Amino acid sequence: MSLDKDTVARIARLARLKVPEEELVPLAGELSGIFAWIEQLNEVDTSNVEPLSSVSDVTLPMRADTVTDGGIAAKILANAPGGAVYIDPDDKNAGGFFTVPKVVE
Amino acid sequence: MAALTDLTLAGLAAAMARKEASALEVADAHLKKLDEHRALNVFITETPDRAREMAKASDARRAKGTAGLLEGVPLAIKDLFCTEGVQTTAASHILKGFVPPYESTVTANLWKAGAVMVGKTNLDEFAMGSSNMTSHFGGVENPWKRRGDNRKLVPGGSSGGSAAAVAAYMVPGSTGTDTGGSIRQPASFCGVVGLKPTYGRCSRWGVVAFASSLDQPGPLARTVEDSALLLQAMAGHDPKDSTSAPLPVPDFAAAARNPDIKGLRVGIPEEYRADGTSPEIVALWDKGVEMMKAAGAKTVEVSLPHTKYALPAYYIVAPAECSSNLARYDGVRYGLRVPGNDLAEMYQNTRGAGFGKEVRRRILIGTYVLSAGYYDAYYKKAQQIRALIARDFKDAFETCDVLLTPTAPTSAFAAGEKMDDPVTMYLNDMFTIPASMAGLPGISVPAGLDKDGLPLGLQIIGRAFDEETMLRAAAALEKAAAFTSRPAGY
Repeated sequence: MSLDKDTVARIARLARLKVPEEELVPLAGELSGIFAWIEQLNEVDTSNVEPLSSVSDVTLPMRADTVTDGGIAAKILANAPGGAVYIDPDDKNAGGFFTVPKVVE
Repeated sequence: MAALTDLTLAGLAAAMARKEASALEVADAHLKKLDEHRALNVFITETPDRAREMAKASDARRAKGTAGLLEGVPLAIKDLFCTEGVQTTAASHILKGFVPPYESTVTANLWKAGAVMVGKTNLDEFAMGSSNMTSHFGGVENPWKRRGDNRKLVPGGSSGGSAAAVAAYMVPGSTGTDTGGSIRQPASFCGVVGLKPTYGRCSRWGVVAFASSLDQPGPLARTVEDSALLLQAMAGHDPKDSTSAPLPVPDFAAAARNPDIKGLRVGIPEEYRADGTSPEIVALWDKGVEMMKAAGAKTVEVSLPHTKYALPAYYIVAPAECSSNLARYDGVRYGLRVPGNDLAEMYQNTRGAGFGKEVRRRILIGTYVLSAGYYDAYYKKAQQIRALIARDFKDAFETCDVLLTPTAPTSAFAAGEKMDDPVTMYLNDMFTIPASMAGLPGISVPAGLDKDGLPLGLQIIGRAFDEETMLRAAAALEKAAAFTSRPAGY
């Protein structure tokens, strides 16, 4: 499996990763090398094998549908990189907002 | 009495219990080591003030007669565990400035047992790497050097800082996380014990996620018993992690104190005699087999036929999960934000600037293998291989109780020696990844030095949730190998 420059640009866009133009070709080479090495998996016949997605035998536990946490808006907003806006600056746990660039014209 | 920093974790706890030293004195002695060896770049964040506060609180608890299992023991925490009020970076630029408003379950358990945090250790960015060279904060230097050669060596990875901290006697124990070998391989490179528990034994809650079906926290220490004591405190069911096993925590320390392996069946997997493994490591492995026999174990040849496919399958499963987990870093709620003309551009700029090259590579691999039209050919195929690997182990454990293998195919290498090609670097984890894919516990025990004077580890792999038998075998190996070497100058 060989990846070309356009494929790398496409998956970078899917992954929301800005990759500088001049790095696309070297990256395509690196990734192609990795996929060429991964190709050896095709030697294994897996036609009747159930895929294993989790090694834990336990089925996902259910819990009561109740509120177990809350009232910590100030803590959650404390790391906001663009700063946060609070509904009530005197009571930050009353709620607030993360800020992002304007997305609607 | 020996210097406080030379004591094992168990020895240190006993000395404090006998009132020969206070937790504050113990913390200060170790903090001094952090000062002395700062050039190794072991810590991303040192927390001396918090350490002294915690030590004073520990002394107060002891005075009241409520000492915990790890009362007063200083520990280094891999900077992948969220620690409330202390910057947590995952060694990535993208988490710039992030101060968690909560504590991970595993570290909370350690503090509940009385332990004291001295700092957050360096690692490969998001735990992706086997050398510590992918850290945004620069690589860690291994305290060990080749004889007659002054070049700096890597400590392995991703828990390289945690392994180097223990090897340099800065702390008697530390926490790591292991996704494909990130505790065991650096333990081997640094001449310390590293234990990856069964998947589900320790809670992943509050640990920055890399590959959720593989990630597992575990301890590093200088003895098998110390690693068992740490695991004892770290482990336990946590309703906040849905994959956390609802099982009681056995007495791991008791298992580690019982190196009686008479009649134990030790499996030797023939497929681990892989090409590219250093002859010295094969020789050490053979010696390990003899040691186990001499201690009364029966060795059994076993076959794990899909071993060679574990590594390439891992490099589909882990990047796929990584690309999904790391989608959360978008510059909106925490960490780095690089502005753009619109929201999509802000995401792209933030992620482009925030992730290093190895992380970017894995996100791209993961995005590709999960993209429309490729899912069955890659991700499903890898999960099928994973099922075969798990079945191999299950079959092998029909005829044996533990497995004995090398931990890593080489000893520590110099910074830059294996950087030319990503696949060469990935091969470091060839002996640790199969057990990770099957969710099994593994422990690396230092077993000897190579011709250059560098430590080499051997790995014991146990059955799922049978860390006790694994610890017993590891204790027997430790006793027979009698590894007492220390890196020069530490």
